[in-house]
Amino acid sequence: MSRASEKPTLTGESRSSVRPGRVVRLTVNGRTHEVTLPAHRTLLEALRDLGYVDVKNGCEKGDCGACAVLLDGKVVNSCLVLAWQAEGAAITTNAGLGTVDRPHPIQEAFADAGAVQCGYCTPGMVLAAKALLDENPNPSEAEIREAISGNLCRCTGYGQIVEAIQLAASRLQAGRLAVAAMPTASRAGERAAPCGALTQEGDASRLPGSRDQILRPGGDRR
Amino acid sequence: MTLPAFELVQPRSLRDAIDALAAAPGMEPIAGGTSLLVDLRGGRVKAETLLDLGRIDELRAITTDSHELILGAMATIADVLKSPAVAEHAPLLVEACRLFASPLVRNRATIAGNLAYASPAADAAPPLLALDAVVELRSVRGRRQVALAEFFKGVRKTARKPDELLVGIHIPRAVPGALSAYRKLGLRKADSVSVASVATRVVVDMAGRCQAARIALGAVAPVPLRVAKAEAALTRHGLTVEVAADAAKLAAEATSPIDDVRGTAAYRRRVTETLVKRALLELVEKGGDGR
Repeated sequence: MSRASEKPTLTGESRSSVRPGRVVRLTVNGRTHEVTLPAHRTLLEALRDLGYVDVKNGCEKGDCGACAVLLDGKVVNSCLVLAWQAEGAAITTNAGLGTVDRPHPIQEAFADAGAVQCGYCTPGMVLAAKALLDENPNPSEAEIREAISGNLCRCTGYGQIVEAIQLAASRLQAGRLAVAAMPTASRAGERAAPCGALTQEGDASRLPGSRDQILRPGGDRR
Repeated sequence: MTLPAFELVQPRSLRDAIDALAAAPGMEPIAGGTSLLVDLRGGRVKAETLLDLGRIDELRAITTDSHELILGAMATIADVLKSPAVAEHAPLLVEACRLFASPLVRNRATIAGNLAYASPAADAAPPLLALDAVVELRSVRGRRQVALAEFFKGVRKTARKPDELLVGIHIPRAVPGALSAYRKLGLRKADSVSVASVATRVVVDMAGRCQAARIALGAVAPVPLRVAKAEAALTRHGLTVEVAADAAKLAAEATSPIDDVRGTAAYRRRVTETLVKRALLELVEKGGDGR
């Protein structure tokens, strides 16, 4: 408890430089990072600094869900989790579900249903959908709307997003019935990855075509 | 915008947490952090050191014994929604938790944190008041239990002393004849802060008489509150459509709401009456036949 007995210092970011923090091990999408972080660093900030820019910084109040990640399979707002608190947990971002070449069925369904406009909410929406379908493989429309009620979209009016999740649910169901029939890899080239499947800066340049750029919320640094 | 700098103490046992609080009583306990981190960022709360309860496994549990249901301080809203024990003994709390913030917040936010933070609009408070919940506080000085109605002292003020930790919430086991109903008004269907919320519970005996009544209100006074006069109307005159209307009026009279971004005081008083009436009419429907 030595930290508790430290002399108080002024709060404020200007003093954070005198707080070196400690080494934190964060396991993101199966890969472990060791980073030195002060106690007040949020998981959102830590993830974006590590290059996981598919995790979006929206409201920083837990209202919008753009920063959603899965923490041991549960969907949470990473702006309301301290990086230190995420140590030891399996952190999954949208990019951890699939890639451009091998999109997750939920990501594919979002592209197919036209559930992406500006794309800013998409990674969070996909993760909220993943958390829902993991627990409830065959949700009603009301259950889908409830599950994404903490994820705000200002473009689509939610209709296509609900359809995408219904489509994903039915495909996942079908996939469970005939595992070998899932044609993800072969079809990936025909459409853009909608969901920030790439995480590193500069990856955008590798993707040809304006549609790809429009549909790739993961490639920016917003 | 980054959070203001603070230290974070992460004890692994309740003993260590209580010792840490005794050594530095100014520490701010953090459970789910879904309110605290937002207010730290907004500058509405200042803290040099946070005491993270997230690594204390013994605080996670939801248990029952022969006379009560006990929610550990780190039991989340999502945990409550999944717990068969809570469904059996505190269905009113489950009903409120379904309308609590959003699924993302529910995976972090805790019942104890919601109470300890003492927002007038804390959605867990009215159902727990109506369920006669008691909070357990622990410090190096010992443990004590405080009835929830005595726990709230004002906006963000509670009976918790700086060296005390809220470690659990005790709820009496469900009794035969207990009926409950919950109503919340927000500005949207989901993920909303309450404009007003109402939790009602009655115990009806074999003859259909109302043996006990609880009516608790949220977001319409500096603290979540029970309205004794309205409760007495039900126990004195019975659970009927007419008494429900009277009790609803009495409940609205007991409020002291404010004007804010979510509604005016006058509106809150008005909707309190409507919400109480609707909740009680639901109870009349459920129990009016004397079961």
